[in-house]
Amino acid sequence: MLSKRIIICLDVRDGRTTKGVRFADNVDIGDPVEMARDYYEQGVDELVFYDITASHEKRKILISVVDAVARTIFIPFSVGGGIGSLGDMAAVLEAGAEKISINTAAVLDPALINRGARAFGTQCIVLGMDVLKAGVRPGIPSGYEVYINGGRTATGIDALAWAREAQDRGAGEICLNSIDADGTTDGYELHLTSLINDTMAIPVIASGGAGKPEHLRDVFLEARADAALIASMVHFGGYTVGGIKSYLAGAGIPVRRQQ
Amino acid sequence: MIAVIDYEAGNLRSVERAFTHLGVECRITADAEEILRADRVVFPGVGAAGTAMKVLRKHGLDRVIREVAARGTPLLGICLGAQVMLDESDEDGGTACLGLIPGRTRRFDFSDKTFKIPHMGWNNIVCKRSHPVLAGINDNDRFYFVHSYYLDPANNDDRIAETDYGASFVSVTGRGSLLAVQFHPEKSGPPGLRLLAKFSSWKGDS
Repeated sequence: MLSKRIIICLDVRDGRTTKGVRFADNVDIGDPVEMARDYYEQGVDELVFYDITASHEKRKILISVVDAVARTIFIPFSVGGGIGSLGDMAAVLEAGAEKISINTAAVLDPALINRGARAFGTQCIVLGMDVLKAGVRPGIPSGYEVYINGGRTATGIDALAWAREAQDRGAGEICLNSIDADGTTDGYELHLTSLINDTMAIPVIASGGAGKPEHLRDVFLEARADAALIASMVHFGGYTVGGIKSYLAGAGIPVRRQQ
Repeated sequence: MIAVIDYEAGNLRSVERAFTHLGVECRITADAEEILRADRVVFPGVGAAGTAMKVLRKHGLDRVIREVAARGTPLLGICLGAQVMLDESDEDGGTACLGLIPGRTRRFDFSDKTFKIPHMGWNNIVCKRSHPVLAGINDNDRFYFVHSYYLDPANNDDRIAETDYGASFVSVTGRGSLLAVQFHPEKSGPPGLRLLAKFSSWKGDS
């Protein structure tokens, strides 16, 4: 039976992992390669490196991090943040990433999804979505609106319609981040997750709000997410991947146990 | 030396990195002589069967791979590489493949929508018979899969391991010196590395 995946997100700035609050409070929490190795040994299923450097000249630092990670761990990992062209995608994949996460760039140029899927395969293209509860109104029939630029700019685009369009254009997976839940550690946005997940034929990763193992249980059992993204609860919340998986296994959820 | 066949089909370097990590000499190559000189050959790949076959034919690599198989050199197909080792694939409106192992690659077809396509993530393999390269793998070990098509070998003896997703499908097939795995051992953590280590000393018996 296919297991539910636990994915750890590492925010990387100038070659270092920083505290998971994006765009502010850049506290150094470690070397991304060492952290990747540690989480790999704990049995994490996948990693995401989110580049918050967002300046072109420093992209080379990220590429060297990706290369070092790829020589150290032997599980899939993706890279997101500031990827806006086929050239950016090729550089990250060539350095050893399995997947690319695109978000703002895909909203501004939806055909980027088609081009990426054609060039590298749909399994490489993860659509990242930052979504805020907006209430049902004209143009937003699902009640959820897509935001870009790290969750700062409203687009007037309906989240469910955008997820469907991205799937049709060739996205292989959706990473669905709730801006409402992000940073709260009060749990995932279950309604949003099940709404998107139950409509999609491609896997959906729930993101935003994880603070304790019960939150992962809920998003897997109640919202039927295929994977759950976590960050602060393992970076400084005192939880280990093994501990979280033991809890989930006890709740009857199929997880991969490191032998 | 292990030759990894280079045919513009996705991330070949992850296979190379895994062998390097294991201390096994390995070279990514499209050179026929180098491939035929190798002790073992890996045939990886992600993408679509139709394109893959076109590229292989264009570079004459289809003939090289058939020659590798005819000589009894151990050959490991991974994911798309595994699929095109069969006779034919449903993909791209039906694609004639290498025909090294009798059978067909079929598209997943679920009436139950709770099973998504692609089958993506970590799943178990259940061995139907023993195989030197799978020695030490147990039913609790999980491997990383990403695919929308599955292997359907014609002969029962060639069904080496199966995986459950909606229904049971063949995740490892092979005969003689040929082995074809649907999952990505290079991305499957410790059990995947164990499998690659076993392959790197496999004599081609089964």
